[in-house]
Amino acid sequence: MEQSQSSKTSKRPLQFRDTNQTDMSAWRKKGRTDPENSVLDHQPPNDQKDDNEQDSLEEAFRYFEEVQDRVSLKNSILQKHLTAVESVALQRGLPPEGFNVLLDVALSGKFGDAVNTRILRSLIPASVVPEDSVVSSVSWLCVSKCSGNVQLLFLKWLITVFDFIDHKEQLNALYGFFFSFLQEEKMCPFVCHLLYLLTRKENVKPFRVRRLLDLQAKMGTQPYLQALLSLYKLFCPELVTITLPRKMKAYFRDPEGPWKAAINTVRQRNQENTQVARPLFLGTAQPQSQKRKWNTQISIPASSTNKINFEEDREKKCIDLHSTNESFPVEQLQTFSQLLQNIHRLEFPSQMGSVLTNPLLLHYMNCFKDESVNLRLYYWMEQTLQQECTWCVVDNSQYEEEFKNFLETVYETECFLQEGFSSCEEFLYKSLPLWDGFCCRSQILRFVSWIPLRSSSEIKSHLYNPLAQLFFTSSLYFKCSVLESLKELLQNWLNCQVTRLDSESDSEVHSSNTTLSGLVNTIAELIHFVGWISTVALRLESNHTFLLHFILDFYETVCDMYLRYDLPLLIMPPPRVFYAVLLGMDSVNLNQLCYIMHRYRTNLVTAKENELSKKKILQFKFSNQTYQEYNKYLTAMVGCLWTSNVFQKDIHPQGIAMDDELLKKTEVPDFKNSFNIVCHPALMSYAFFYLQQAFPDNTTVDFSLIKGKEWNRYLEYLYLQGLDGLKVFIESSVKRISQASHSKSGNV
Amino acid sequence: MESAADGPAQPRPSTGRPSWGLPFGRARRRSALSPSSRLPPAPRRTQVKAGAAEVAEDTQRTAFLLRKQWTLYSVTPLYRFSEAHLRDYSRLLSAFVAAEKKKGLAVEIGGELDIKVSVTSLPDLKGSDRDQAAILVQLSSRSSASPKNSEEKVIWSGWFCCVAGDELSENLPEAFTCLPLFLVNGAESNTAIVGTWFQKTFDCCFRRLSLSPFNLSWMAAMWTGCKVDKPASATELVFSVPRLPHPLHISYAINLEDAQALWATIQKTPGEITQEEVDVFMDCLYSHFYRHFKIHLSATKLVKVSTAVASAHCDGIIKFRQSQYLTGVLMLLTELAICQIQ
Repeated sequence: MEQSQSSKTSKRPLQFRDTNQTDMSAWRKKGRTDPENSVLDHQPPNDQKDDNEQDSLEEAFRYFEEVQDRVSLKNSILQKHLTAVESVALQRGLPPEGFNVLLDVALSGKFGDAVNTRILRSLIPASVVPEDSVVSSVSWLCVSKCSGNVQLLFLKWLITVFDFIDHKEQLNALYGFFFSFLQEEKMCPFVCHLLYLLTRKENVKPFRVRRLLDLQAKMGTQPYLQALLSLYKLFCPELVTITLPRKMKAYFRDPEGPWKAAINTVRQRNQENTQVARPLFLGTAQPQSQKRKWNTQISIPASSTNKINFEEDREKKCIDLHSTNESFPVEQLQTFSQLLQNIHRLEFPSQMGSVLTNPLLLHYMNCFKDESVNLRLYYWMEQTLQQECTWCVVDNSQYEEEFKNFLETVYETECFLQEGFSSCEEFLYKSLPLWDGFCCRSQILRFVSWIPLRSSSEIKSHLYNPLAQLFFTSSLYFKCSVLESLKELLQNWLNCQVTRLDSESDSEVHSSNTTLSGLVNTIAELIHFVGWISTVALRLESNHTFLLHFILDFYETVCDMYLRYDLPLLIMPPPRVFYAVLLGMDSVNLNQLCYIMHRYRTNLVTAKENELSKKKILQFKFSNQTYQEYNKYLTAMVGCLWTSNVFQKDIHPQGIAMDDELLKKTEVPDFKNSFNIVCHPALMSYAFFYLQQAFPDNTTVDFSLIKGKEWNRYLEYLYLQGLDGLKVFIESSVKRISQASHSKSGNV
Repeated sequence: MESAADGPAQPRPSTGRPSWGLPFGRARRRSALSPSSRLPPAPRRTQVKAGAAEVAEDTQRTAFLLRKQWTLYSVTPLYRFSEAHLRDYSRLLSAFVAAEKKKGLAVEIGGELDIKVSVTSLPDLKGSDRDQAAILVQLSSRSSASPKNSEEKVIWSGWFCCVAGDELSENLPEAFTCLPLFLVNGAESNTAIVGTWFQKTFDCCFRRLSLSPFNLSWMAAMWTGCKVDKPASATELVFSVPRLPHPLHISYAINLEDAQALWATIQKTPGEITQEEVDVFMDCLYSHFYRHFKIHLSATKLVKVSTAVASAHCDGIIKFRQSQYLTGVLMLLTELAICQIQ
């Protein structure tokens, strides 16, 4: 209160007021003001009318400041000044320094209610409302010079312009005064609203809680009291227990003043993004459907501290009331910077499940590895997944949408943490044998991609077997989705392996159950599994292009494991996959195969070099079989794309080597040349268009024209068509071979 | 044994996977009641024994648990629960119950309320010293007619317990309390309120614990072999016939002496029961029934077992009949509850 008194006594002329706000003169001299308050900067250039208004407003302020005696409303001078204030207010809003004068007049009771009401109604801020003007008006309120109606109107105004008040420190210091107004029955709802806006944690005191409970006993369940109490509970859960009814929409009525519309108009006119009165949200009970039994409902709990204060603790608290190392309530955690500032005194919410919807807490969880935190989350998630699973539990099928959303949320959390939950893994293992492959399909398959990497024998019987059964009996698109999620699983495993290697080299901690060879075996097992199901699927779906695309996508990761993930493992695709692409009709897949073979080559060459140079002590060596397999594939590929001798040179047991005699019997005229980059079925259309371009006069298509220099030009043409995989393959594997005779073919 | 109707009521115990499928597949320590502490991983249990140590006084204290229907729940370990704070828990839970009952009305913690909540310890109900003592929660209402009258009527009770739950508790960090079995008698609305408070306060999860036909047949065999002093009622098995337009139940009552005689011929080692013995026992009963009525009971679903020791329903409802076998029955139920939360 001292503050407000001083501001009252120091009434200096407006122009010289030394506040941190713009003063009157600054407000007038457009363009030179503090940008924060230069509301009127964007006004059209100064004109006569504005200046006149300006002067009359200043005059009005001076008049209201100096007026001593009560003046009748009919007084023409008063009328003139009132009109001046009103018109400026509605047009552009009032400058910050006007509020002190006008509030003083309106609340001091110098004039009658009619004048006071008119003044209060015209209090539309152009930019901000200075805090000290509000503070001084509260002191007027305390001496109650004005009538009840004016007081009420003032409170409504204060609520409406609350967000426009520039500072709120001193205002908060008056909390007790506002609180005392609660006893006025008429004002109570508005005081509650104001207190709701003003309350901070330190304002919540046991005696205030008791006062509110008394009021509640007197007035019954009023929404405004509930709102304030629930806010108190939010700050100090140990002081009050309240359960809000489920269908609670608005706690406070709109204060309904004339200001809101006017403020909006002024703001729009000033084209200034001042603080907008934001709708108030109460961070408590979400509306929940009550349709189900109490414990069978997917509800991710809201994050809250449910700190229990025990009797003895309370006594202790009285002693060290001023201790500062109190924990930071999770409810108040809103921004990342808050997290950083309070990370040392943050506590996890009382229900760990709530971290799922709170990215800040997930960050916190990530850097705060604690067994009990993980266990709490594990138990909650495991029980929820099992209890709500729509295909494992009877009568759950109607809640599929809810379950889907839940799975989605859990998956997003896994992506956020870049880590799979073991509760999800167990859930998959338990529910996959019962799964129809349809319900929540995309969610379940995404879950698969986050199965944690560990060397275990469980995965075959628990994942691969049930998945293979579904895979073989489901549609093409299901097959593709499974391959997609297995590719993601592989990538997640490889990433996990890389980070594991990194952290291991730092700490040199080896846990016994995660040896490298164990993990390599697990990864190899996955790749062999995919190879096997791909082989079968190609037969079932008769080499569908779409399917091949997904299979090759998987091998694009496999072929680069040595270089990109530092994993001593390379596995070639099964022959069924290789030949289906090599001899297929699709140029996109063929191009991808070329790229993959190129990457295999790069990886194998590097591995060989490392092995020969023995720079690294190699724990693992690629077996000769891998090299041989690669060489066989390479021979077939070169024969098929370049040297036109695939029928003679292909040495793969499942390849297409054939007797000349046999080939002659097919009566294909030029069988020798039927596989090269010109006549390959996947590339023939390119050759056709190339011929049309290169020899526009030729009416017959003669592929034999493409040879010698034309061959090279055709090759350039192919590269221009975006066959980059073909380009890198031919440049790395063929050119050299073609130059230095075939004997060295692929001797990598 | 498992009929088709049992279906997807819960993840089926998959016999092919002993690691987590069967609830009896793991090696369990039973040192509390049987001196031959470690049992082989084969499905095998110790016979339910009458607790010799239990004196008449203890029986008195747990007598109120008998002859009431208890609904079973499994509960994941309670986080930061402490037996030292039971009085505080009563106070807070009272306020919570009152707040839930009068939605929207804030309640001062510790005030006078219509419904009194007590949270107390039942130290007699545990298998060994390693087990946490059971916790009893009771809601009682004051009669509004005479508030001065100290007479309070218990309207709801529930208790958490753990009998020989070492398997779960020994691997838990210190902050957790292992009380995996929760039994409730009273209105579901009150269960919801109390359960919600425990979930919020101790970050645990409640889940109904239903009893599969497989487990019920174990109970039938185990409890038949128990000696009962008083003249006891017959062993009764209730079967439901699946996939009928109208529910059809078959009740199969066997004289206690006959059932015990049959069991005596089957059980090889006294004090120990194996899966094979249970199967033989049930098969004998089935074939006997078939000879008389030409109905294959093995094609139906066992829904209820009622013996002199206790009766159990597949929905997860149990009634204790003999106080000397109370801990024995609870041991089995604890095992099933742990199986559901692990």
